[in-house]
Amino acid sequence: MTEKNKELLRVENLKTTFKTVRGTVTSIDGVSFSVGKGEILGVVGESGCGKSVTSQSIMRLYDEKKLVTYEGEIFFNGENLLEYSEKQMRTIRGNKIAMIFQDALSSLNPVFTLGEQISEALMLHQGMKKKEAMVKAEEMLRLTGIPAPEKRVKCYPHELSGGMRQRAMIAMALCCQPELLIADEPTTALDVTIQAQILELIVKLNNTLDMGIMLITHDLGVVAQICQRVIIMYLGQVVEEGKIDDIFDNPKHPYTMGLIKSIPTLNTNRKEPLYMIKGTVPALGQEGGGCRFCDRCNYATDKCKNTPPEIMDIGANRKVRCHNYSEITKL
Amino acid sequence: MKNTEKGIGKEAIRESRKLKLKIFMKNKLAVVGLVITILIVFLGVFADVICPEGPYVMDIAKRYIEPCGEYIFGTDKMGRDVFARIVYGIRISLLVGAVTTLVTFIFGMVLGMIAGYFKKVDNIIMRICEALMSIPPVLMAIALMSALEPSITSVIMSLCIVYTPQIARVARGATIAAKENTYIEAATAQGASSLRILLHHIAPNILSPVIVQGTYIFATAIILEASLSFLGAGIPAPAPSLGNILYEAKEGIFTANWLTIYPGIAMVLTVLGINILGDGLRDVLDPKSN
Repeated sequence: MTEKNKELLRVENLKTTFKTVRGTVTSIDGVSFSVGKGEILGVVGESGCGKSVTSQSIMRLYDEKKLVTYEGEIFFNGENLLEYSEKQMRTIRGNKIAMIFQDALSSLNPVFTLGEQISEALMLHQGMKKKEAMVKAEEMLRLTGIPAPEKRVKCYPHELSGGMRQRAMIAMALCCQPELLIADEPTTALDVTIQAQILELIVKLNNTLDMGIMLITHDLGVVAQICQRVIIMYLGQVVEEGKIDDIFDNPKHPYTMGLIKSIPTLNTNRKEPLYMIKGTVPALGQEGGGCRFCDRCNYATDKCKNTPPEIMDIGANRKVRCHNYSEITKL
Repeated sequence: MKNTEKGIGKEAIRESRKLKLKIFMKNKLAVVGLVITILIVFLGVFADVICPEGPYVMDIAKRYIEPCGEYIFGTDKMGRDVFARIVYGIRISLLVGAVTTLVTFIFGMVLGMIAGYFKKVDNIIMRICEALMSIPPVLMAIALMSALEPSITSVIMSLCIVYTPQIARVARGATIAAKENTYIEAATAQGASSLRILLHHIAPNILSPVIVQGTYIFATAIILEASLSFLGAGIPAPAPSLGNILYEAKEGIFTANWLTIYPGIAMVLTVLGINILGDGLRDVLDPKSN
């Protein structure tokens, strides 16, 4: 158990800024969190809250394509990834940190068979020969529970179903036994049955391979099912962090409360419309001087409109970014 | 694997190729193009078997003989066999077209992929390409030829300079579209370097539009070579090319019309055959047309 609590990834005050034609856009602003060895951390938020930018910043996937600046620190096994050279980064990507993407079809190269794609990382990082890597690729596919893996390695992505593709993505990510797996909405494009199977697979692999997992999703149900800890993100900031039970039983931030209240349950009165948080996530760069959530918050005070709240440690491994968290108990 | 099962992976690709061949064979026009092209290529490749005496044998006593049993396409003003000159001319024209296509393909792909992938050099490469493309191809080629020594190599070189920007432009556009795909991001996340992504992930995905452009260049390069030779700036005499045979024939256009008619027909058939074949191939290769 002590091994489990060892810190694997620590992100400190990460700020990712993109230079665009219309000026600079700060996509995430001061994000801090950590993932322990063997821990599953949920990252939750609406679309456009910076969940994916956070994960891609950790992998530094924006380096080549876009004009981007990172501030803050990303410690992986005690080393700051932001100080790594591009060459050093390549030894991390796919080897120590791997990623599962949301849409498996567009994340697989249409001109290569699954075997060829899975073996790529093996050949790059473990110096395997093609033949050897293909054998291992088949083994990885078997591990993910694909039926008849010896046939599937020879398949092209378009010949598979969505669930099989996602399994193939997982096999691709896991083939080098990474220490950290970033799963960016791995089940969004799948139906509920396949989603359950994929999640089960992720948990099983987490147990057997003992890797840290960062699970990005906007589905609180998924988080409740498999995560140990969760961070809630809103407009490029972490607004609440805590153990899964604490967050669900006793949410402190009005945004978290809203998210939880919007989940339909069996007891929900079907005649009433489902609760929703009013308004939408404002565009980046349009946030005012105060709390970023204040326009959509029922409890916003003058203080909220003028001073941005800092994230506060409120004990028991919980953090919240709200001026009035102690007064707000229920929506 | 059991025979009853439908193939998967590479096997399925092979099966679909067979199917595509069937579809292609049903397209009568394309088959005609294929037959013409095969015939022309056959003539070009086996020129020295078909006409072992070569295109240079002169016999002043036999000038301007009309097409007859011995000289099926007649003879020219120096008594050379027109048929032999056409056959060897086809060989040179095809050679020029093929080498130009190959070289422009390689350089165009490299330049286009670099420009499309690395934003920093995009402007430099593409502005140079546009500058080259802004000059009409014939003028550009004549200007280059006047600077170079007249030879087949020079003709190929100037055609390559004329056509490389066209391939580069197509390759760049396709690269820009391809690199936005998530699978490129996924490959980066696997730890692949930029070079590996370009060669291994982007190149195979942009091949089809570039190949289509390549067939077009093959046909136009033959025409441009003929135009250059016709203007006297191309393949230097006495080596025959379809262009300079016509150039030499223009003096006798009214008195010895076989000198222009047969090389002209050969020229038309060559380019037409390749174009029809290219169109047919495009219909089969383009998944949207099925």
